[in-house]
Formats: sequence, C-alpha cells, structure tokens
Amino acid sequence: MDWMKILAAAGVVMMLFFMWPAYKHWSQNGPKAEKGDWQAVVLPLAAIVGFVVLLIMMVR
Amino acid sequence: MNQFDLSTARSQESVLETNKVLKNTYMLLSATLVFSAIMAAVSMAMTMPPMAYMISVIGAMVLGIFVLPRTANSSKGIGVIFLITGLMGFGLGSILSIYLALPKGPEIIGTAFGGTGIIFLGLSGYALTSKRDFSFMGGFLFAGMMVVLLAVLANLFMDLPALSLAISAGIILLMSGFILFDTSRIISGGETNYIMATYGLYLAIFNIFISLLHLLGALSGDD
Repeated sequence: MDWMKILAAAGVVMMLFFMWPAYKHWSQNGPKAEKGDWQAVVLPLAAIVGFVVLLIMMVR
Repeated sequence: MNQFDLSTARSQESVLETNKVLKNTYMLLSATLVFSAIMAAVSMAMTMPPMAYMISVIGAMVLGIFVLPRTANSSKGIGVIFLITGLMGFGLGSILSIYLALPKGPEIIGTAFGGTGIIFLGLSGYALTSKRDFSFMGGFLFAGMMVVLLAVLANLFMDLPALSLAISAGIILLMSGFILFDTSRIISGGETNYIMATYGLYLAIFNIFISLLHLLGALSGDD
C-alpha cells in the first residue's frame, strides 16, 4: 500500500530530523576514545555476531 | 583530613544515587517489558492487521519525542512510558501473528526471545562489571543510526531483500552498542533520570528482538 510507505517514510524522516541534534551534540561534546576503548567494544560486538550466527544455524 | 572525609562522603553519596537509578531503571524496564508482552498477547487475540504495527510504532515514536522528555521528571512520566511500551507491544502482536503462521514460527519467536534476553543480559553484565565509560561511542552510534535510517528510507521504495537483512544485522550491532552506552551512562552518572534510561534500554531490546526475528525468519528457510 503506497500510503503506508509514505507514512513509514514520514516517520523515518522525522526520526532523522530529531536524531541530528543528538548526533551533533555527541560528536562535538562527547568524550574521545582512549587507548583500548574501542577494543573493549569490538570484543563483545564480535561475540554478538558469533551468537547471532549460532542462532541462525539453530533455526535452519 | 576534613577535605578527605567530605570527598569520601560525596563519592559514597554518588554511588548510592547511581545504584538507586540503576535499580529503578531495571525495575521499570521489567515492568514495561511484562506490560508490552501482555499488550502483544491482547493484539494477537484481537488478530490485528500488520499495519497496526506501523501505526503503533509511529504513535509511540511521537510520544517518545514530544511527550516523554517533558514529563520524565514527574510521576506523569511513568504513565507515558507505559503508554509508549504498551503501544509498541500492541504493534508487536500483529508481527508475531505473522511469524506464528510460519511452519517454524514458534521456534523462531522463542529463539529470538531467548537470544534477545541473552544479548541484553550479557552486554549489561559486561558494562556493569568492566566499569568502563562507553560514552565515547555516542557520536559513532548516532551517526550509525542515521546511516541505518537512510538505508531504511531507501529500501522502503527499492524493496531489496539483501539490504533489508543488512539493515537488521546493522540494527542488532548498533542497539548492542546502545546497551553498552546507556548502561555506562547510568553507572557514570551521565543519566540520572530512570524513566529516560528505561526508555533507551527498552528501545534497544525491542529493536534487537524485531531485527533478530526478521533475520531468523528470513534465514530459517521458511519463506
């Protein structure tokens, strides 16, 4: 249904519009990463990727 | 010595305040998740059409953007957060009805539910025990969300199944990052309002569940 797509698109555009100030705030005023910070994020996210692959294999 | 006593008392006060916010957040989060599940069951019993999902989510989004920030510092905020999560649960019910009709539907829903719970508990436990400040991820997470939203917007008109799966995978990773970010902000005292903290964590859990459901449904070989 076209009107549903237009409604969804309006919702997405509204979210983009309201997310922009949050992005600007955090990119300008947020603390910068220190040594080892990104490593501490990548490890659990890699575990999530592995876990999701495992879940997909379980339902196949 | 007096200065030392004063700073120790202040740090104890701040730890107590942080623990209070954390406890209230998890209690409200549990209550809102249970309420969402009840509303999803109501929606399934009423056999709501799929468009109920979109209307509910847009209604919840409008409340979350315009009403919740204005009421979060008063008792009205509790009512608003239950209204938002109830609406989202009601919308979710229509999606669950579609998945239940698939041959492996109950298995897919159960796996997505259990998987979401394990992801949330694992990441929360990691953020709580590592004591790291993950607020440096803020700019990256919001930029990532904007890229994902642009991809969602494009795919509304292009209807590419591969892009749709990539979006779901991206949302799971971004929402996992938001769980670390939100939890560490509560611990570090960056978020002192438990209603807003609950809203952030609820959205992350909801989006992980929906995206996991989509990935498992599409890759289970059912459709």
